[in-house]
Amino acid sequence: MTRIEARPLVDVRDVTLQYKTPEHLVTATYKVSCQVEAGDRYVILGPSGCGKSTLLKAIGGFIKPVGGSIVVNGREVREPGPDRMMVFQEFEQLMPWKTVLQNVMFPMLAAGKYLRSEARDRALSAIEKVGLAKFKGVYPHMLSGGMKMRVAIARAMALEPDVLLMDEPFAALDALTRRKMQEELLALWDSLRFTVLFVTHSIEEAIVVGSRILILSPHPGRVRAELEAGALSYADVDTPEFGALSKRIHSLLFEEHAAPSALTPEPKLQLAATPR
Amino acid sequence: MSVTHPFKGVPARPRPDFECEPLDASGIGDVERRLSPIERILNNDAVRRAGVLIALLVVWELYARWADNPLLFPTFTTTLETFVHDLLDGTLLDRTRTSLYPLALGYVGGIVLAAILTSLAVSSRIGADILTTLTAMFNPLPAIAVLPLALIWFGLGIPSLVFVIIHSVLWAVSLSTLTGFRSVPETLRLSGRNYGLKGIRYVALILIPAAFPTILAGLKIGWAFAWRTLVAAELVFGVSSRSGGLGWYIFEARAQLETPKVFAGLFTVILIGLLVESVIFRAIAAKTIQKWGMQR
Ligand SMILES: Nc1ncnc2c1ncn2[C@@H]1O[C@H](COP(=O)(O)OP(=O)(O)OP(=O)(O)O)[C@@H](O)[C@H]1O
Ligand SMILES: [Mg+2]
Repeated sequence: MTRIEARPLVDVRDVTLQYKTPEHLVTATYKVSCQVEAGDRYVILGPSGCGKSTLLKAIGGFIKPVGGSIVVNGREVREPGPDRMMVFQEFEQLMPWKTVLQNVMFPMLAAGKYLRSEARDRALSAIEKVGLAKFKGVYPHMLSGGMKMRVAIARAMALEPDVLLMDEPFAALDALTRRKMQEELLALWDSLRFTVLFVTHSIEEAIVVGSRILILSPHPGRVRAELEAGALSYADVDTPEFGALSKRIHSLLFEEHAAPSALTPEPKLQLAATPR
Repeated sequence: MSVTHPFKGVPARPRPDFECEPLDASGIGDVERRLSPIERILNNDAVRRAGVLIALLVVWELYARWADNPLLFPTFTTTLETFVHDLLDGTLLDRTRTSLYPLALGYVGGIVLAAILTSLAVSSRIGADILTTLTAMFNPLPAIAVLPLALIWFGLGIPSLVFVIIHSVLWAVSLSTLTGFRSVPETLRLSGRNYGLKGIRYVALILIPAAFPTILAGLKIGWAFAWRTLVAAELVFGVSSRSGGLGWYIFEARAQLETPKVFAGLFTVILIGLLVESVIFRAIAAKTIQKWGMQR
């Protein structure tokens, strides 16, 4: 999968996304463009409510853009599919009627990509990688929030999609597990070089995990900047480069810069994101 | 160190820091202890409910003896004698079998129709409109009220019974199934669609299991409705038909003023209802929603 392709793997052009509720029309993102190349760890960073989840869902094919186009792997995105596996922000994404192992196997079988025995082996190794081998026979209601998240991650990774879409996957984890999972993700990426789109609202996590960082403005989300961050990892947290980048991102996120629609700046961007 | 108390400007009392060894916990005794036999018996639902039942029966027996009017209110013992007698000579079993046949047909038919209607309702907006309108119209209509119509269309006999039972099951089950489908968490739906599931596979693999607690509740209500409707319909039928089920048994006993038989008939109706509820539905719940942690 290291093949460098001429055109970006994910090509988002001028995408405007809106929610229509009976009373309101909410514009979540406005004319967002970004190009994700194969092998990118592409982080989308922005204050809460700026449309990060919405953008990710649109790439997943769950929401139709009202303007612009989204092309993944040369094909226009029209509907959800197992080539773009999504790890959602919410906990209830596991099927409560299936055990951990069955949950991880299910998409592989449903997509018809793997034989049952093959799916089982892949699922077992994915569960092993997220550190839940002991819990493979357990139903989701017996897992903690962080463990459920890890199952969801294992489930998405086991399928080896073209793009992995992760919506604040580590936000619900405790600091230690989060760091372990970030390192695990980076190690996996080192060996497999998959493409991942990763939403977060932690600046530190963005720099550590990401190779490119897209910064969105407060609601409605518009592109504010795209930065390179591939060289920095946890080992560099105390270096001046890390501090400089983090300061730069911070000012990009919070400076009242020609953003008339930003009524008040977001209260405070936490480093450790809290789940909703 | 002069700390000022946040309220009223009173200076806070200084409190020293301290550290200590945790208490010796070995004195508590066993961390885990088996409950005493009495506690275990009292924790058993079946035992407690049986207790309530026995108390009721005792009250019945005492009241009936005190009232001393077997024509209006026979004692529990006479009722039981009649029940056992009719059970042994096969009358009750025969009547029950006659009742259960249209019941099963109507119940299964109602569920199948409900499954089709709700599947249509979740896959298209017009399907949803049709189902909601139909349910709103027909759910409040008592099944027994459509019996005359059924008699005109199908005449006396099983088809009429099946028709009214389907009517009583279909709307209740559809309504709860649709409610269940609608309350499936958005994220679960999205992740189901993420695997490329569509149409009937999506309904069968995601929606039905996710909505199973509500669906099972609907099936229980449907069962109770069906059973009620059947007995009521047979009571009406009784006037004109010779071979009947339990309703007919009760009706016949009333006509001959055999009150203990009326009671025995009612007793059987209750018993079968309880049996289905506490054996079949309980087993389904234990194997599914309780195991999955969707219901305690
Ligand atoms: N189902 C919905 N219906 C209507 N409006 C919605 C819906 N979901 C989100 N929105 C609106 O769209 C905007 C973007 O929401 P989104 O969930 O994408 O934010 P986010 O960047 O993921 O925030 P967070 O970091 O808190 O998860 C918000 O203003 C929100 O109010
Ligand atoms: Mg979000």
